[in-house]
Amino acid sequence: MQLKAPSKTPPARTEQIILFRVSGQLFAVSSGSVQEVRSVDTLAGSATEIVAPGLKKVRHIVRRGDRSLFVVNGAMHFGLPLTPGLLVFVLRGTRTALLIDGIEKMTTMTRLQALSQAFCSEERNWYRGLTALDQNVVPVVKPEGFLTNDEMAMLEQSLIPAEVEESAENQLAGRHS
Amino acid sequence: MMARADLGSQSFVLLRLGDRRFAVLASQIAELVAPSRIFRFPHKTSSVEGVILRRGRIIPVVDLAGKLVGKNVLNRRFYLIALRNYGEKSEWLALPVTGECELIAAEMSPAGESDSAHVAGWISYDGDVIEVLNIDALTPGPSSAQPLAAPLELQEAMP
Repeated sequence: MQLKAPSKTPPARTEQIILFRVSGQLFAVSSGSVQEVRSVDTLAGSATEIVAPGLKKVRHIVRRGDRSLFVVNGAMHFGLPLTPGLLVFVLRGTRTALLIDGIEKMTTMTRLQALSQAFCSEERNWYRGLTALDQNVVPVVKPEGFLTNDEMAMLEQSLIPAEVEESAENQLAGRHS
Repeated sequence: MMARADLGSQSFVLLRLGDRRFAVLASQIAELVAPSRIFRFPHKTSSVEGVILRRGRIIPVVDLAGKLVGKNVLNRRFYLIALRNYGEKSEWLALPVTGECELIAAEMSPAGESDSAHVAGWISYDGDVIEVLNIDALTPGPSSAQPLAAPLELQEAMP
């Protein structure tokens, strides 16, 4: 007779996260949400300055193939004192590249607590929730929360003149060649 | 047999903010805890000061003193962990208080039309007439009840 295998308790669901700093403040992001980590220096060549009136947190775009990534200054987004960002997270599934100060470490979270309903402002779009790590509480950012649809539309709008100009220049160059 | 005078009697927690005393229905209070480290992170809800970690739960700290006595309390002796209703759900909030709290039984007179929204009623105790606080009206939250954005346990592992 074969004995039934003892039922195992299902392993706790965990999630790999990256702890990073912006202006001294610690945040977490799911490592699955980060497509690429680049230093500011390596991006400098492919970044173009843009001006979107009323949206100070985005000053640069990075061309990636046929699409543009908007570089969001993390400190400005969270209303923290400005620091010279050193790294950029290219966030998967978004058009956001996040400028941060540095990576603290990679770790695992076992529990994500939804943001209390007492928090009832913009932060509800910023964070997936909070997690407790080593007797510390860390907000876990929402990758899609760095740019609202309105902000994205504003940025798209600010790109149009540049693209039109670029295409006009190309046409002109074609005619002269 | 219960005495007639006890029929309308309810339990209240008396708390102190500066020089004033207020009451909260005891059924809305979970516990009284010593002040612990407040964790702060960027957000835009001005009445939330930060969060504390209590038995593995992350609890927002809301200082009521600004609204009730006109200035925030610096000399905190305890946090009163209170239940705040959001529609059909409720969540814990940590309310800093400046003095000892007391559990009493009293009869509550309902708030009048001229009373502020944060006044649930009045009790008479120890020669004083004391406001019974309506925690839901006094603390921040969405104007209409919304479902929680995420479950309390870990959300699906990868976005």
